[in-house]
Amino acid sequence: MKFALFTGCVSQGATRELMVSTKKAAEGLGIDFVEMKSAACCGAGVLGEKSSILADALNARSFAIAEKQGLDLVTICSTCQGVLKKTECNIKSDPEYKKKINHILSEGGHQYDGTTRIKHFANILATDEGMARLRERIKRPLTGLKVAAFYGCYVLRPSGLSDFENPDNPTGLEDIFAALGATPVYYPSRIKCCGFPIVMMNKTASLEMAGNALVDAIESGADCVVTGCPLCHLNLDSYQPEIDKLMQKKYSIPILHLPQLVALALGYSPKELDMDKHIVSTLRIKRKLHPVS
Amino acid sequence: MATFRIKRYNPEIKPEPYFEDFQLDIPEGATLLDCINQVKWTLDGTLTYRMSCRSAICGSCGMKVNGHAQLACQRQATNLLDKDDTITIEPLGNMKPIKDLVVDFEPFWAKVNKIKPYLQTDDSPPQKERLQAPDQFRLIDDASTCIMCGNCYSDCNTLEVDDNFLGPAALAKAQRFVSDSRDGKTLERVMALSEPGGIWDCTHCGECVERCPKPAEPFYRIKEIMAVALEQGVHNNNGARHALSFAKSIKSSGRLNENMIPVESMGYFNIKGLMDLIPIGLRMLLKMKIPPIIHKSIEDVKDVKRIFKELDQ
Repeated sequence: MKFALFTGCVSQGATRELMVSTKKAAEGLGIDFVEMKSAACCGAGVLGEKSSILADALNARSFAIAEKQGLDLVTICSTCQGVLKKTECNIKSDPEYKKKINHILSEGGHQYDGTTRIKHFANILATDEGMARLRERIKRPLTGLKVAAFYGCYVLRPSGLSDFENPDNPTGLEDIFAALGATPVYYPSRIKCCGFPIVMMNKTASLEMAGNALVDAIESGADCVVTGCPLCHLNLDSYQPEIDKLMQKKYSIPILHLPQLVALALGYSPKELDMDKHIVSTLRIKRKLHPVS
Repeated sequence: MATFRIKRYNPEIKPEPYFEDFQLDIPEGATLLDCINQVKWTLDGTLTYRMSCRSAICGSCGMKVNGHAQLACQRQATNLLDKDDTITIEPLGNMKPIKDLVVDFEPFWAKVNKIKPYLQTDDSPPQKERLQAPDQFRLIDDASTCIMCGNCYSDCNTLEVDDNFLGPAALAKAQRFVSDSRDGKTLERVMALSEPGGIWDCTHCGECVERCPKPAEPFYRIKEIMAVALEQGVHNNNGARHALSFAKSIKSSGRLNENMIPVESMGYFNIKGLMDLIPIGLRMLLKMKIPPIIHKSIEDVKDVKRIFKELDQ
């Protein structure tokens, strides 16, 4: 399994533990990730607010880079995933637009044909081969750990762009948790918005969205929340002290990145996965971990 | 035999809503609305809901089906059965229930009216209609397909926590006039729509695209208004500053400068906003979670700059 890794910006910055744990998870699973060091930011749906053709051209350039290497592109962020899929859809549905985009790319030596596929890390784990590798290589089953998935909107909606079978009732992340030996917790907010996109514009509404999701996960008995989106992670983890203040409660529920959970089951230690870099203590998870076999 | 699990509510009889199950054989090809009609006509005449055209044109029969808004007349009932052969039906969300599946649309209409859903022009009216060119109509075609069913409003994640938000339907309708070349109040419109509760409060959840029964797809219409607002120079708000900061950062380095984006989004002179960033900044600093102080560019950033230049950005 070899892929071009579209790292996204946040895994290089405010959630560096995501990048660290992605590398470990890939190493443990024998996945070869070729880091796309010249790929530009996906624009997070925000650059498109200024110019949608600009965002599409930059994303098509990233597809072309992966395509040149003959690799499918893998994201580790729900937002990158959804935004890249939207560009792919815009280009593939309009041959004239594709021609225009390729004309823009040509001077930089890039050409996008449309053969490279765009997948979220969760989607490649959820394949038969991914699941088989997970099951084969588990060194520390996460038995007894109750895990609540938080998908991140962009990986589910619009459903036409989603790689999950049923975006209104997805099971991709929960299937991975079960394969790792953990107990998935199903709760309504798992497919909701974390509120991060408006934290700079309407902070109260943003944090209330995140808070409602946390309450829902806690009331469903979860020990932790696991997300495939670093932006969700920022709102659910980094802003949790503000959420506590807003909701007048003390939640203290740890939030993990998907690759962290995977790598824990593969035998890596919490320290190797930078789990001490979280704002909310991850001690509750560490206490539930079994020794590595 | 299928079970229709319907949320009932009649405050004159019982103050709290409750679920009632109705058993029905689903006739071949029946829509969900056909089945609800059967329930009303043969099992309980007091069941209350809105309906009219039965063909996804009038937008009356929006309701939550298995947790998500949709038109009851637009889907065949057999496709909606869960593993227990049950369909769960509730009133639309984000609006107050009046009786059973009927909700109060007043706030919804008030917001639609607030965006001034009519052409505003300084010219005197022509003798006949105001003609529109096909290429110009294409810019407002999708928004004009909205049937005001309220499905998007029902499932909007921002509205669940902030009823000041204008909501997807009103904003999609706003785009229909913002992008109409015959309208003379574009700037005034985007200025009003950039206020709190407007376009920049959309949280990108995509629910409105998912629930929209027509090509109106409000999220994309909201993005189109944002582009016009930025183009018209309506920049004095956090949403616009945020988008501009994104573009600036990607243009200069190919990636986001996460240290600068919060500061530039708040605005250098927004003391309260900047102070508000201090607690999270310190918290991230203590955990060494802050992005590198020296912001590095991606490899081959000059090609990214070239693309910006080529597109006049």
